[in-house]
Amino acid sequence: MQRALTAAELVRRPTHPIYRRFGDRVFQVIVVALGLSIIALALLLAEVLFVDGLEPLRRFGFFGFLTGTTWDPVRGIHGTWPFIVGTLITAVASLALSFLPAIGVAIFSAEYAPRWLAGIIDTIVDLLAAVPSVVVGIWGIFVLVPLMQNHVYLPVYFWAFEHAPQLLPILGPPAGYNLVTATIVLALMIVPYTTALARDAIRLVPRSQREAARALGATRWEVMRMAVLPYARGAIVAGAILSFGRAIGETMAVAMLVGNSNNLPFTFFGPAATMPSVIVNEFREAVEDLHLASLMAVGFYLFLISLTVNLIAAWLQRKLAVGGRAL
Amino acid sequence: MAVTAPVVGRPRRIAAVTPENLRRRYRRDRIMIGLLVLATAVVLIPLLIIVWYVVANGIGAVLTSDFFTQDLGSPARALQGRPTGLGHTILGTLVVDGLALLIAVPIGIGAGIMLSEYPDHPLNPVLRVLNDTLNGMPAILKGLLAFSLIVKPMGTFSGFAGAVALAFVMLPIVARATEGVLRIIPWSIREAGLALGLPRWRVVLNTVLPAARVGVVTGILIAFARAAGEAAPLLFTSFGNNFFSSTPLRYLVGPVDTLPARLYSLAISPYKEWHAMGWGAGVILLLLVIVTFVGTRIVTRQRHATDL
Repeated sequence: MQRALTAAELVRRPTHPIYRRFGDRVFQVIVVALGLSIIALALLLAEVLFVDGLEPLRRFGFFGFLTGTTWDPVRGIHGTWPFIVGTLITAVASLALSFLPAIGVAIFSAEYAPRWLAGIIDTIVDLLAAVPSVVVGIWGIFVLVPLMQNHVYLPVYFWAFEHAPQLLPILGPPAGYNLVTATIVLALMIVPYTTALARDAIRLVPRSQREAARALGATRWEVMRMAVLPYARGAIVAGAILSFGRAIGETMAVAMLVGNSNNLPFTFFGPAATMPSVIVNEFREAVEDLHLASLMAVGFYLFLISLTVNLIAAWLQRKLAVGGRAL
Repeated sequence: MAVTAPVVGRPRRIAAVTPENLRRRYRRDRIMIGLLVLATAVVLIPLLIIVWYVVANGIGAVLTSDFFTQDLGSPARALQGRPTGLGHTILGTLVVDGLALLIAVPIGIGAGIMLSEYPDHPLNPVLRVLNDTLNGMPAILKGLLAFSLIVKPMGTFSGFAGAVALAFVMLPIVARATEGVLRIIPWSIREAGLALGLPRWRVVLNTVLPAARVGVVTGILIAFARAAGEAAPLLFTSFGNNFFSSTPLRYLVGPVDTLPARLYSLAISPYKEWHAMGWGAGVILLLLVIVTFVGTRIVTRQRHATDL
């Protein structure tokens, strides 16, 4: 007859090694290794772009390559300034164009719309944020470009030709594929991001904030402007900067619509280029080692710019999370 | 009697007794509502028009059986009206996206577990910052990285390289989402497991992860939707291919077509017939994104209905 085990004996019974410290140790090593691989990946990204793009930096100098205005693979002269200019112009202009409408949608959905309508608006906004860049690009090529060409670029150009010829150098040849088209498309693409981030920020503002303002007799808009928006301002600005980062890195739609000219000065209606667009357009055709390395170096500068923008946004988010008043 | 009308309720009723100042404030309130509605329309309508255009122009190309069963071939095929399609592209997309998920999901979940279950680990702040940095990096840079790491040593463009590039896109999203949902799981659940004598790894794998499964799946779907639409990193990793690959292995070690990259090359090609197929590729791509998106909604709704 078998004796029942006492509690002490049960505890002391030998267990499988993976149920003792060994198992936990292995698990932690695996998990940390997976985490480390992301750290390694981020560092590798910087390292690879820097090393593979080192040749032009060495030849033209870090700032020489940055500020060089000539990009001529045939003569082997590379400067990234035109693309930096194109990137900054399109990103800044598209953010300026989309910021207020995006905030408007966010306010409407978070504060004004009845719940069923807000649900629909939120769903559509989130869905539109996921529309692939190339899909917007093909729409731009076959719908937006002809439309803008016939109804905006050509009429404005001809008007300027007759009445204000001094504007012509600024307007440039009406090419259809240009900075204006790229900016419009870029604005459409970042609007859902700005909206979603601003909406979340507004929703996080405590109820008491609104109730206090209403109790003072404020109208709905006054509640918004005096009690809610100041409270959420930090998070809204941080969200806008994140959208700006998106705009800087947005590649396909811009590459399909910006016209791809490497020569400054860029004009409103003439072709231009951005940093991602030049990489996409030339990388596969680059034969010369220097050309390839220069494109990598453009990628390295793009990395630095994105990094700066993202760090600023992260810093703002931490510093001015909902409730922050410093801004 | 008429002196003290309460300043509540609908503005129009009290307009007669309100002072000029108050009337102006109400007017501004109404104007702002109008502007907000206008902004909503200005933002949503163009974007919906884009979706509508893609569907209207592409549905014709998609509704043929050739579109799914044939490969593209040379432009002459389309110009002469011989059967042509994007079957190889759809197949390639499934291979590349699927492989990318296989790479990104375990690593991303692992990193998420590290961030949430080992909060004291000294590398966590670094990991969190770098993960966010990686998430904010343009996808095209991840394509350049995959090019340098895989295409150059292999000496050929390949579906594997494309999958790695897409995995770079997915990874930070999966990691962040996993961390987010694991942190919501109350510590009492972990303590209950530990009190039963379970080792930590069993607690994480058998109680915490299952409890957070809905959120993890949502994160994976979001990552997939984002990566599935990316063309930039694929252009110089999986490159593109006009034909079905000769053997299954060639999908991994040879150039492979993917929907976003093919859509790009069709759209910038000079052939009308190819433009139509480009719209068709757009429809499939939109469908892929929308189905994934609806998937996340369904999964999230289930949680509200059953789990908690």
